[in-house]
Order: sequence, then structure tokens, then C-alpha cells
Amino acid sequence: MSDYDPVEVTPLHADEVSRMEADALAAIKTADSLDALKQARLAHAGDRSPIALANREIGALPPAARAEAGKRVGGARKAINEALVARQAELEAERDARVLVEEAVDVTQPWDRRPRGARHPLTTMQERIEDSFVAMGYEVVEGPELEAEWFNFEALNIAKDHPARSEHDTFFVGSADSGMVLRTQTSPLQIRALLERGAPCYAIAPGKTFRTDELDATHTPVFHQTEGLAVDKGLTMAHLKGTLDRFAEVMFGEGITTRFRPNYFPFTEPSAEMDLKCFVCRGASAVPGNPPCRTCKSEGWIEWGGCGMVNPRVLVACGIDPSVYSGFAFGMGIERTLMFRHNAEDMRDMIEGDVRFTLPFGMEI
Amino acid sequence: MKVPLSWLRECVDLPAVTAHEVADKLTAAGLKLESITSHGYDVKNVVVGEVLEVEELTGFKKPIRHCKVEVGEATPREIVCGAVNFAVGDRVPVVLPGGVLPGGFEVGARKTYGRMSEGMICSERELGLGDSHDGIMVLPPDTPIGADVVELLGLRDDVIELEITPDIGYALSIRGVAREAATGFGVPFRDPADVELPEQAESSWPASIADPTACDRFVLRQVSGFDPEAQSPLWMRVRLSRAGMRPVSLAVDITNYLMLELGQPLHAFDTGKLTGEIVVRRARQGERLETLDHVVRDLDPDDILITDDSGPISMAGTMGGLETEISGGSTDIVIEAAHFSATGISRESRRHNLVSEASKRFERGVDRELPLVASWRAAQLLAELGGATVHPGVTHAQVDVTPARIAIPASHPGDVAGIPYSKETVVQRLEQIGCIVVDGDDPAVRRGGVDPTGVVTGGELAAKLAVTGDDMITVTPPSWRPDITDPSDLAEEVIRLEGYENLPSVLPTAPAGAGLTEGQRLHRRVGRVLAEAGYVEVLAYPFISADDFDQLQLPADDARRRAMRLSNPLAEDEPLMRTTLLPGLLKTLVRNVGRGFGDVALFETGAVYRPREGAPATAPVLGVEGRPTAEELASIEEALPDQPIRVAVVLAGEFDRSGWWGAGRQASWADAVQAARLVAGEARLDLSISADQHEPWHPGRCAALYVGDTLVGHAGELHPRVVEAYGLPPRTAAMELELTRLQSAMPGPVQAPAISGYPVATQDVALLVPDFTPVADVEAALRDGAGELLESIRLFDVYTGEQVGQGNKSLAYTLRFRAPDRTLTAEETTAARDAAVALAADRVGAQLRSG
Repeated sequence: MSDYDPVEVTPLHADEVSRMEADALAAIKTADSLDALKQARLAHAGDRSPIALANREIGALPPAARAEAGKRVGGARKAINEALVARQAELEAERDARVLVEEAVDVTQPWDRRPRGARHPLTTMQERIEDSFVAMGYEVVEGPELEAEWFNFEALNIAKDHPARSEHDTFFVGSADSGMVLRTQTSPLQIRALLERGAPCYAIAPGKTFRTDELDATHTPVFHQTEGLAVDKGLTMAHLKGTLDRFAEVMFGEGITTRFRPNYFPFTEPSAEMDLKCFVCRGASAVPGNPPCRTCKSEGWIEWGGCGMVNPRVLVACGIDPSVYSGFAFGMGIERTLMFRHNAEDMRDMIEGDVRFTLPFGMEI
Repeated sequence: MKVPLSWLRECVDLPAVTAHEVADKLTAAGLKLESITSHGYDVKNVVVGEVLEVEELTGFKKPIRHCKVEVGEATPREIVCGAVNFAVGDRVPVVLPGGVLPGGFEVGARKTYGRMSEGMICSERELGLGDSHDGIMVLPPDTPIGADVVELLGLRDDVIELEITPDIGYALSIRGVAREAATGFGVPFRDPADVELPEQAESSWPASIADPTACDRFVLRQVSGFDPEAQSPLWMRVRLSRAGMRPVSLAVDITNYLMLELGQPLHAFDTGKLTGEIVVRRARQGERLETLDHVVRDLDPDDILITDDSGPISMAGTMGGLETEISGGSTDIVIEAAHFSATGISRESRRHNLVSEASKRFERGVDRELPLVASWRAAQLLAELGGATVHPGVTHAQVDVTPARIAIPASHPGDVAGIPYSKETVVQRLEQIGCIVVDGDDPAVRRGGVDPTGVVTGGELAAKLAVTGDDMITVTPPSWRPDITDPSDLAEEVIRLEGYENLPSVLPTAPAGAGLTEGQRLHRRVGRVLAEAGYVEVLAYPFISADDFDQLQLPADDARRRAMRLSNPLAEDEPLMRTTLLPGLLKTLVRNVGRGFGDVALFETGAVYRPREGAPATAPVLGVEGRPTAEELASIEEALPDQPIRVAVVLAGEFDRSGWWGAGRQASWADAVQAARLVAGEARLDLSISADQHEPWHPGRCAALYVGDTLVGHAGELHPRVVEAYGLPPRTAAMELELTRLQSAMPGPVQAPAISGYPVATQDVALLVPDFTPVADVEAALRDGAGELLESIRLFDVYTGEQVGQGNKSLAYTLRFRAPDRTLTAEETTAARDAAVALAADRVGAQLRSG
């Protein structure tokens, strides 16, 4: 051991260490890809790199010289590692930027591989009306479309020879005296509801109805109505007005109320025609000088349906004592509601099933 | 009902208001405005002229005259005219250059037929006075020359057309409308029926009522020496045509005029054609009558007839007989005014499909007190305008009728309205409509029977409808209001006159409801899930044709061929009610394809109508005097067909679309079956699928859909012959199932699954089976065999080809196993898989494929 000459440990010379560091930094700097940088790391910071080999020689130095050599080599290694980390980050950022740009797509390309269908607006309109009344505590009732004459007429105080009967252009089933018809109105559901539930009864009855009208822009032999019925103690015409005003607001917005005009229905007495305040012009178009309104034809009001106090004769036919209970009923056409709420001008579009008509209405109306 | 405002003003002192204001008041009273037509306001510069000279021009295809007409100006006018019905010296209406005729037709001076024409000589039609275009209107000789014709003839008028509801027959008259207008404006009403009738002991042409249920008043008066040449005066013709009736002849016009004014239909017989006593009776078997419209009618024993010794001479209140009709030569006339049974006339009119102005009024109820008055006025007018002599007597046959009386508490109208009315208000309003009101309640006065419009009154029903309380009043409705029979009718009269616009608006509090039923929710979910899956909802008409059954290839004994039939279908070839939803959907699909939408998927939910085996052919019409018994109601339901709700889909073209991403996928049987699974899923049910042969489906591509053992529907590709018959795109697929059956099988709420945190173990198996083996059977065997550890099973490949041999197919499954309480060992998993394969081998002869 004594003949060992520490001076001859060349790699630890200050000049030599500086050269190694400079070589390493230059290689790192010129590495232009992550692969090149990996090669530079192996060459200049790997186990067999000059600086690593130099580091191993420190142990051979006399103890007095080790500290200084260790400091020199350690400093160089730190600088090389820092340069590696920095260059690595730079190159990764460059790569990311390049690849993500290359992967960019045209997000405006369509993706209608399985277009959605739609529900019929008459169905969803009916449901919307149902929901308005369900929220008021009503329940939805259903019944047969091919109905007994007694339910459709007699029980509703439309006697066989009453002129009101001939206003219903009725489809007869089987023979004209079979006692069976296609219901001309949803009102027979009032009778069914009262017979099944008795009083009190708050029911909403939507459904298909039938009259022998030829199909044209404003008539269809098969159409839809929604009928409402409330029978309870102490119900008055003011309650009927309050209910329909509330309904109008729910369907058409705050401040849209109803107006009653006297009319005649055999199953209600008193009876009224119900008009809706125009929800577009809010009545303004009826004032001369104001712009015209297409929705209400500048009348300020839109005819919507019929209503009235349940004729006590109807209660009697259902076994309900009119001296204890009173009630009101109302009804409106769904096609008509769709026409004025959505500017649907031709009823044939609702019947023909052209997908172009139905698709825009989606799932709810 | 068309009401000329000038006519209305004769019966009511209307203030200076416009036709619109009058119509608004009437609408508020329940006589709804249909339209207002203004006449004569646009007419300008039409004056009376005297024809001074007439020169006949020759050489034209038709006669042409060149006239000099004195119109009260400095010089006479020269006017060319194509009519020849006037002579020198006649006074005629002339429109001067710059003048305007009805419809905005402007007249100027122009050269025609080689001469100057300074204006036009006018016909009645050109002046808007009716349809008569026989020639120039010749005015009476004393008409002042130069006078304004619009003023002179009263051309200016507004006609208010009202929609009259079937309860208020009295409003089908000027009299009735005027009474409402008077109440609306609070002004006096002059009743045109308020005429002093002379005391007449003598009777006229003999008459009697043989059937008191047909007629309760029958009045005849006679005139003679009527001038059949006499013309109806212009004012009468103008009013008739503006009220919508065609002027015919003076005698007919008078009866129509009085019917419009009073509401009482009248009939005129030619006296010379009557033989013997007139009797009102029902028809006898086999009797016939040729009516005015030249139709020979077979009469029904229920028809009400006017007869004499010769047999039927008129169908009461509906249409007269041709034989006894007054003609152009009639000079002696018998006038009939009667009060017939409203239901009787209603039936007669419907039975013979014969609606006349008279029948419309009778079936709605005519004032029983009018016949004497109306017949008297008719006789007077025939004398005044037609030079007739009125015979002194009157024949008056009648049946005693007790007027209806109704007792109510004075507070009743207010109780119905929800706003109190004072007793004074109630009494005043009821008196305004013509009621007699007295204090107190005398139950004995209430009558029983059937009111003119067929409404049962009195008796037990009246007792049920009676309203009692403090401060009773007893009301006798007027003779022209037979519709007022019940306490609620009185309430309505008071409330409408007090104004519906004054009703308060009070929202009642309903008891808490239960929301939608499970079935209603299911119905909505089904619509939603199908729409989300790509189907568009359709609401097709439920009318089908017997041809549809053939086009659907239904066998002769198929239950769907038994359908309910309409007796009066809109289209003769579609008289049946659908027993399947498919025809409507298929036709709608074809329509969409025809409009350029070849990729189309549609659905419908709705009722089908399935007659019950052995159901009675008629449903009884029950009484209305009280709740029917359970047996009575059941007897109705028995006759009605089953009306289950079904859901169906049809689809064709691409279901998954082609696009920049590549090729799409054609709609197929599998989509139709999947639609059924989606629907069943909404009912929380798993469908069992099995192959079936069921029209209209392709026999090799038809799935029967079961819930448990219950068949709920079918799905698959349609039979090629069905595709051809309906003109559908090739390989159109369809599904139809009965929602009502799903609904009744719906399980309770979903039971939440326990989620195991232990790892999954996966095993793939490939099984070789004969290619006719349904995959559903293989899967069921694997499931049953694998036992409880099986978490899921998925078919990921179906292979047929050389490697598996002819007549076989290879099915590749992934089985996933998991235990709730431990990690499965390889031995456990393999044992479960082997058990699964073993059961499949056992049940369907499956062989495990090696490799």
C-alpha cells in the first residue's frame, strides 16, 4: 500500500471533472428527443459513465484528499442530474403538445347513429293537463272507448229524443239500437267515476272520443278530450272558476285566467263556455290600434272548452244525493289546445303520423 | 238564427248601440255571436230615376236598350241596359257614375255597345236585396225622382247570426232574441205576440186531436179570396232573405215571416184540396205520404200526422204533403198553428232524416200560447197584403196541460253560484224571463210527467231534485220556457243574468290524491322508453277493413278476425274496430316511406276492441231515476267488448344509421324483439322468448313473448307476403304486445341486490349444439346448472361453418362467478362451470368444444 501514488488518480483532477461535467451538459442540451436524452443519461449519468467511474476512485485517495475530491465530483453530478430533469420536462412538454395536436378531431361532425324518437304531442299534452290536476289532488280515471249508450247519453241527461243528442254525430256499433256507441265525449267517465268512487270525487278523465266528422284541417272523427269532475259538499260555480283559473295559470303562465259565457250542456246546469285570456297578446290585440294577434285572432280571448255545475239529475243517476253534494265538471279538446298553444294549423298533421311533425315535440310538451 | 237588427229594434227600444254591442250583450246572455254581416253601408249614389225614352239597339246577340233616364239633375242620363222588363214612365233605381253597389262594385261612365252609358239601371240582386235577377227592379209609380234609394228601401242593416243552444227554442225567433236584448240593456220589450184577439165563438174548418200525447193544441183559421198573383212586399222579402230564408210566394212568405218573428211554425193548406174533418193522430200501418220535396215516405206508426178523410195530408211539424199544398192558384186557405210533442217531432224528423225550420223549433219546444196569436196574425197579413177575406171563426182543439211549478229557497241561486244574491234580485231576474214568482212552497202544485223535450219531471225524481230551505218561493216558468223544469234551471237563469263575469274565483281544496296509478305510470314509461330507443309515436285511427285481415295473412279462424262493426262508418271499406294495432302502424309507415323517410321506426299504444265470446248483442239502456243496481251495470259491461291496451312497433330501413363512421345496420327482427324487452323491462318483467309461427310474422323469424306461462305478444320480421300486401320496405319488422297483461303481472318493488366485494372469476366455454337448438334453452340450462355462484352469463359468439360440422352451431359464452362471502377458489369455479356444461349437455345435448 505504501507505494501507492495518489497523484496519479487522473479522473479526479479538477480539470478532468470539469470536462466530464461540460461534456455531459452539452450532450443533455443537444438531446432532441426523449430517446436521445435517455442515451445521454446512460452515457453521462449511468453506472458506467465517466463521472460515476470517477466517483468510485474517491475511495482510493488518502483520507485528506477525499473530501475535496468528493465535493468536486458531487457538485458535477448534481449539475448533470438537474440538467437531465430540466431537459426531460422540456422534451415531455414538447412531445405532449405535438401528440395532442396530432390527435385533434373535428368535433362538429354529427353522431346521429341512432336518432331519438319522440312521443306524440297529443299524448304529452294530455299528460301535462293530467299533471296539473294531479297536483291539485285529482286522480286520473280511464274507461272504455267503445261505450254503452247509457253512459254516453242517458246518464248524462241526454234523453233519446233530446235535440242535443243529434248534435253528437255518433258512431253506432253493431246496429243503431245495440245500445253501444263510440263515446262522443269523455263525459261518460264522470258517470263511471261517480259510480265506482262515490262522493267526494275529484277526477280527471282524458281519452279518445269519436264523432262522424270527415277529416279536414279543423275536424277529425277521432279526437281527444280531457274531462274534469269534482263532487263534494258545498262546491259552487266560484270554485269551478277558481279551479280553471288556476289550471290556466299552470298551463299558460301567471295572470292568464278564464272567462265564462253562458252555454248549454245537458249534464251541467248552469253551463258555461270557457275562454282563455290570450297568453300571447294578453288581450291587448283586442284594443283597436294595437298590433293584431295570430293566436287569438285579435279577440283577446281563445275558446277553450265547456264547463258547468254537475246537473243534479246526473248525480241522481249515480246514486248521489244532490241535497248533500254538488259538483262541477269541465272539458277541453286536446287537439285544439295543441293548435293554439303550438300554432299547429292543420289537424291532419296530428293524424297522419308524419315523423317530421312529431319529432320536434320530444318527450314532454 | 240570423237576426236583422232593424227587425230586432221593432220589438225592443235599443239605445244607440252598434250591432257588435248588441251581439256582446246577447253572447253574455248565452246567445252566442257567430257572425255579423253588414248590408248597404258601402252602397253610394243610387237614386230613383224615371225612364223617359227607350231605344232598342239591334245587331247584338241579346236585346240591348239605350235609355234616357230622368234622375232629378239638369239633364237626363243616357244609360245602356240589357233588361227588357221595364217601360217608358217606370221608376227604377239608377246607380250614377262614381256610385258603388254592394260588394264595393264601382260604376263609372263608359262606352258600351257603341253608346255612352252614364251608370246602370239596377236589379234587386245588384242592390243586395235578394236573389231575384229576373230583371230591373221597378219601383212604385209615386216614388220621388232623385230620392236616395238606400234610404228609401232601408238597404242598410246589420244581420247578427247567433248560435242557439238546443235548450232555448224560444230564441229561434226575433221575439225571443228581443226579450234577451231588452233584459241585457234594461230597456222595454214590445212583445209582437201581444195582440188583442177578437172573441170568436164560431169555429172554422173542423178539427180534433185524436192522440193527446202527440199534440196538445191545434188551431185552424180560414181565409178566402186571396189573390194568388199578389207579390210579397219588398220589406218582407228583404227580411226573409237576410234572415236566411228564400222568398217563395206571398202566402208562404207570410207563414215563414211569422215563424221567424214569433217562433211559431205555421202551415197553409189549399182549402179546395181538403176533404172532411182534420184529425191529428199517429200513422197507421202501411200509410204513405208524398211530401213537398216530392219524396213518397213510408210512415211509421209513431209518426204524428195531420189527416183528413183522404188520409195523411201533412207530417206534423216536419213537412207538409204535396197534395194539399197551396199552389200558384190557391185562393182559399186554411192556416194551421199547433203545439206538437217535442219528442214526437224530434223522432219523426230523425226517422225520416228530415230537418226543417219547423221541426227544429218544435223539437226544442215552442210557446204553447202562440198558435191562436200566430194564426190570427197570418190571417190578417193574408188579408192586408193579399186581399183575402178572413173568416170569422177559429177552430181550437186542445188538451189541458198544467204548467210546471218549481219551489226553491230564495237563496238557492246564490248557493249554486258561490256568491249571495238578495231575494229581490232573484225574484226580479226570474220575472224578467217571464216567470210568475210567489212566496211560499206548495208541494202539491208540482206536476209529474214528461216535459216537451223528453225530460222526465215530477214524481220520485222531482222529490230527489227538490231543494228545500228557508224563505221558499214558488216559480211558474213562462209558456215559452218548457226547458225550465228543475231548481238548477232557475239558478242558471239568475246567475247568467247577474253575469258570469261577476262570479268570484275561489280555488277549492281537494282531499289529498294518490297521484298516478302503477298502470298509468307504466303506460307513460313505455312511451318514453320506446321514444328514447328511436321510435316515433303515432295515433292512428282505430278503423280497419276486413281486407286488413287478409293482408295480414290471418287464417280464417283467427280470433283477430272477430271485430266489432260500426253501423255508420265514415269510410264504407273500414267499418271494423281494430283488433290489432298493426294495420294503422303499417299504413303510417308506408306513408312516411312515400314521403322520403325510408328509415323509420314507429310505435303506438292504444286500445284494441275484442268482442267477448257469447256476449249479448245489445247493452241495455237503463233508467236515470236513481243508481242502477250492480246487476244492471254488469249487464251493460257484459255486452261491451274487451278493450285491452296494447303497444306495437314497426320499423324498416336502417335502425342504426350509416354515416362518416361507417355502415349502419338494417332494422331487423332482433330490434323488434328488443323493443318488447324494453317494454317488459319497464314493467320489471323478464320476457321468455320462444320461436313461434304466428301471422303476420315470418314463420322462421317470429318470437312469441311470454311472461311466465302467459303469452303477451309477438315480435319479429313480417311475412314477405304481408310486406308485399302493404307495400312495405323489405324485411320490415314489428312487435305487438298487450300492455294490460304485463300490467297484471307486474311484480312488487325491486329488491335491492347485495353487492359482493369479493373478486370475480371468469370462465369461457364454447358449446356445440344442433343448429335448431334455441339459444334461450342453452342459456337457461347453463344458468340452472351453474347455480348460485353464477353472477352473469353472456353469449359472445355464434359460429356455424366447416369446423363445427354441418347442422351444428358453436355458442361461446363468458360465465362470471362470484360469491357473496369469500374469494372463490379455482376448483369451485371450475366445478360450477362443469355443472353448467353438464346440465346443458343433459338438456339440449350440448358438447364442450375442446380448444
